[in-house]
Amino acid sequence: MLDKLTFTEKKATRDGFGAGIYELGKTNPNVIALTADLAASLQLANFIKDFPERFIQVGIAEANMIGISAGLTIGGKIPFATTFANFATGRVYDQIRQSVAYSHKNVKICASHAGLTLGEDGATHQILEDLGMMKMLPGFTVINPCDAEQTRLATLAIAEHYGPVYLRFGRPSWPVFTAPFQFQIGKGILMNEGADISIIATGHLMWHAVEAAKILATEGINCELINIHTIKPLDEELILDSVSKTKCVVTAEEHQMLGGLGGSIAQLLARKLPTPMEMVAVQDSFGESGQPQELLDKYGLGVKDVVAAVKRALARK
Amino acid sequence: MATIQELERIASQIRRDVIRQTHFVASGHPGASLGCADFFTALYFEIMDHDPKFNMDAKNEDVFFLSNGHISPVWYSTLARSGYFPVEELATFRKINARLQGHPATHEGLPGIRVASGSLGQGMSVAIGVALAKKMDGDKKLVFALTGDGELQEGQNWEAIMFAAHNKIDNLIVTVDYNGQQIDGSNEDVLSLGDLPAKWAAFGWYVIHMRGNDMGNVVATLNEAKQRTRQGKPVVIIMQTDMGFGVDFMVGTHKWHGKAPDDSSNRTSTGAVGGNTGRLSLSLRWCHAPLSQCRYINLSSTIFYNQF
Repeated sequence: MLDKLTFTEKKATRDGFGAGIYELGKTNPNVIALTADLAASLQLANFIKDFPERFIQVGIAEANMIGISAGLTIGGKIPFATTFANFATGRVYDQIRQSVAYSHKNVKICASHAGLTLGEDGATHQILEDLGMMKMLPGFTVINPCDAEQTRLATLAIAEHYGPVYLRFGRPSWPVFTAPFQFQIGKGILMNEGADISIIATGHLMWHAVEAAKILATEGINCELINIHTIKPLDEELILDSVSKTKCVVTAEEHQMLGGLGGSIAQLLARKLPTPMEMVAVQDSFGESGQPQELLDKYGLGVKDVVAAVKRALARK
Repeated sequence: MATIQELERIASQIRRDVIRQTHFVASGHPGASLGCADFFTALYFEIMDHDPKFNMDAKNEDVFFLSNGHISPVWYSTLARSGYFPVEELATFRKINARLQGHPATHEGLPGIRVASGSLGQGMSVAIGVALAKKMDGDKKLVFALTGDGELQEGQNWEAIMFAAHNKIDNLIVTVDYNGQQIDGSNEDVLSLGDLPAKWAAFGWYVIHMRGNDMGNVVATLNEAKQRTRQGKPVVIIMQTDMGFGVDFMVGTHKWHGKAPDDSSNRTSTGAVGGNTGRLSLSLRWCHAPLSQCRYINLSSTIFYNQF
């Protein structure tokens, strides 16, 4: 089963979003795309070309974009508000909180260039706190797909889901390996069965979890691989089933340790199934300029870091 | 079509409601609520084509957004008096388990409210979103929004103002409650708005002035604003009001921005009384008098909410 987790092409997750929103343009007349001067970066070119009447260029004014999106929902539209993850969350947190979350508006906040893998632009743009901020908002659904295909499917799925959603994706070219798997909001994916440890990952780090599992397999360690694309609501059943079997867990994500997927799972396990656990995440730090893979390695998010975390967790079993 | 005298009578009732609501829970924002009572009355009882049965999507009806959500008492009273929910419910303002939250919210399902407001500067953006949706759907009805003047110090407003002009959002009428006051003092002292009409005009809006505490002028100006829609420009009304208008001891000061009148107050209104001027006679000492002597209000009772 592990051998089947492989890829023939690399694509950015944002490409999956671009493909998804274009499909929605064709199939759902209520879908509106908005952007704050980042149409090209968000891969909106095809949507704009074929559905110009449903594209809204807001300019460099993210707060206004969130408010306009909330207003569009009142008229029955399904707005997809797009920009970089930093400007889509931290910059406009109060607008999201009041006009979208508290008002329970059907706004889809779709954010690219999340995390360290944004690369050379540096820490001003590399948000590593967005999952935490967004999962704390009552009623928000938070999704962090792991490759372009999953991002495409997630984009289609959130249009069918009523309620506010944060969809987080990124910039780097990344292995596309999830074609065999279905996507359902709130349902994690068991990608590989294993008996020794559960590795639970989200976003780009899912691929690192796959590579780590392959290395560990050569050492006789059988890793169960779980992909949690929906950070909230969390698929508690899948996680508890796996961890009750393996009795040991590692989480991996491109996010601060505080407030991320690891935190959500730790809260779940502390309440229901206390288990030795290690977390691969950024340790209370900002990023910096550099190439994506260099940055992942430097900040402890490399394949070797997942391998090391597994060994630490196993030692505590 | 209501006469100006009828509208003034309704505005007086709404002012009484504002005082009762805020007094009852010893909190809330009576100042600008009183100042805007004439505007709200004209909007809901004369100007807007709206449905008190309330549909969230607001299709084929005029729709109003309150950006300066702290003046919720005047909006709640207006909504109740125009049939959105029972007048008796005004007695639950700011109380636990109530739909009438301190600042307007959709969370509890109060009819008439379509988005939460209170954190300032967000309402105009939402109104623009609704105006865009109406244009996309070929819906000819209008979108109205009210902002405070101090609220314009929030940068998001200017994003919205720029956007609306650029995109020719000409089915939108924004009104600014230009009472010159904010929590820490006058606009001039805190952060001057400068030449406000000129700023809006420079951003590409059609600007109209209004005397917000003169019902005849309010109705005429709102009608003029409607005439100016669908001509390629958004419309703004700079509405001059007196904070606290109608209650003499509250008028013209920022002191009653976020402070409710209380029982121990020894103030007595010395101003004109009720009726034609739309002003409200009020002595807080009356709340301790026998009910039969309470001409307008019984501050601690809900019984009189139905008394017009």
